[in-house]
Amino acid sequence: MEAFLHQVLSGLATGGVYASLALALVMIYQSTNHINFAQGEMAMFSTYLAWNMINAGLPYWGAFALTIAISFVAGVVIERVIIRPVENAPVLSVVTVFVALLVIFNSIAGWIYTYTIKTFPSPFPEQPLFGNRYISSHELGAIGVTLTVLVVLYVFFRFTPLGLAMRAAAQNATSSRLVGIRVGWMLALGWGLAAAVGAVAGMLVAPIIYLEPNMMSGVLLYAFAAALVGGIDNPFGAVFGGFIVGILENLIGAYVIGTELKLTVALVLIICVLLVKPTGLFGKVFATRV
Amino acid sequence: MNDALVTPPLSMTRYAGLSLRAWKMVGLVALVLGAIALPFTVSNYRVFQFNMVLVYAIVLLGLNILTGYNGQISLGHGAFYAIGAYVAAILMDRVGWPYWATIPVAGLACFVSGFLFGLPALRLRGHYLALATFALAVAMPQLLKYKHIEQWTGGVQGIVIIKPDPPFGWKITPDQWLYLFTLAILIVMFILGWNLLRGRIGRALIAIRDHPIAAEAMGVNSALYKSLTFGVSALFTGVAGALGAIVVQFVAPDSFTAGLSINFLVGIVVGGIASISGAVYGALFIQFVPNFADQISKAAPWAIYGVFLLLFVYLMPTGVAGFVRWVYQRLRLARGGTDKPAVAKPS
Repeated sequence: MEAFLHQVLSGLATGGVYASLALALVMIYQSTNHINFAQGEMAMFSTYLAWNMINAGLPYWGAFALTIAISFVAGVVIERVIIRPVENAPVLSVVTVFVALLVIFNSIAGWIYTYTIKTFPSPFPEQPLFGNRYISSHELGAIGVTLTVLVVLYVFFRFTPLGLAMRAAAQNATSSRLVGIRVGWMLALGWGLAAAVGAVAGMLVAPIIYLEPNMMSGVLLYAFAAALVGGIDNPFGAVFGGFIVGILENLIGAYVIGTELKLTVALVLIICVLLVKPTGLFGKVFATRV
Repeated sequence: MNDALVTPPLSMTRYAGLSLRAWKMVGLVALVLGAIALPFTVSNYRVFQFNMVLVYAIVLLGLNILTGYNGQISLGHGAFYAIGAYVAAILMDRVGWPYWATIPVAGLACFVSGFLFGLPALRLRGHYLALATFALAVAMPQLLKYKHIEQWTGGVQGIVIIKPDPPFGWKITPDQWLYLFTLAILIVMFILGWNLLRGRIGRALIAIRDHPIAAEAMGVNSALYKSLTFGVSALFTGVAGALGAIVVQFVAPDSFTAGLSINFLVGIVVGGIASISGAVYGALFIQFVPNFADQISKAAPWAIYGVFLLLFVYLMPTGVAGFVRWVYQRLRLARGGTDKPAVAKPS
């Protein structure tokens, strides 16, 4: 029972990371209907930047904030420069551009930082909090940070004019333009936010899985699965899906098939959701007029 | 109006006594003869490299049938390549089959697995299909390492295959023989692919890509065609995978990562989407460019891949094949032709 509880709680912690990355994916999907294959690698690169800053002597939370800010700007720039020209291009071109970004980020990270595994510090204490035996401080902290990010985003989208404008631009670009919203910039901001949230996910997961250029490929797969389980157009669904996938991954890994096939769980999950309920648990069903 | 009547159609114009079609045939035959002569003029290592070009060309043709002509994006063809390679390796090493007999079996195994994967993929469009196939590619190495099939797959170690000798006591090196063997299969596969695409079926595939509903309305069984295309595409890839395993003489899970699938995507984008000749250009690119780039840094090939992908999407969306076609049409127009340039637009 104790082992089971431990599996569930540490599943919740990695689930929080999946949830953050899934949230980033959903943000971009909602406004552009594109699945960003490079989201994981962007997060990985941000994490390396944070690593650089921490090594240069910056305090952890300072580096954390600065990384988020840089990632935000980088996200905006990528949208403006690279994604915008293919906004209305066929799906294959868009997917190709995302894959190009993926390999570019991956190889630049490998080029600059080499492929050796690095440790990444955790801001949370070594000892488990409150004397509990089930969950480490970092895991608990990861859950806390995820929830904080979620609340901040909720407040931003729900209660600020800019958040409202972004939601409007995502939902109906033409009407938004008519009321004076600069839709293009809203998309760019969405990319910036997604990159920032991804950076958080990267920094949270790096202490667990260590820092290396390929660290995010598995995480990205789980984030995809999470986004799909929750419904790829629903941010809350994505977060919920993230936690579900995190727990499922741990339980299936521990009790059913062993850890070597963990990625296959994500594959099966993705295909099952797409087949059985493509809208996910909380997604909207769209009818298309032909 | 009158001008059009006076000048004969361009296809009828004769150059040095031969029609354009005949010239094309001559060019093709010369190309094949050149390809046959190639392994006798370069070093053994180069023969191996060109052999891999042929293998990749078959993969890229298969992927292009699916992605270029039928519009189903696959980021997971490395997985089918792996299945083909493993089928060949297991049959040769564990069962003791001769190498040539493994190729149809590998093709068939991949056809079946491609068809089965294609069935659920029917419900997925665009990004979702890319996502599902990408997941397949990422999960493949793990599946191959799975311990309960280790007795066949050899687990992490993989399987070492013995290089086949040339038959009939021919006095050529095994590499040269394998090259010629691969070339023969490549020619067969290209003729099959060309025949498949140029007629009714090819038109149906393109119709499904460009407008699925209109295609259905015209009586195209979209579901059947799409899943069959997935199967056929996987078949091409599996045949190539088997050949690749025999050429490299080794299979191991870590040679079939998601990077391999991305390689193939790079190949069709650079070579030219929805073109048959593009497969060859793309194969040359993915075989030789990383080789040159490797000398700069271990990470350089992928950086260059990424940059080339972006450049091609923005500047040359029809790939090298499209560029060649464009140059060719310019030349024809410069010679006073009246035909309108018919540039095939990929979706």
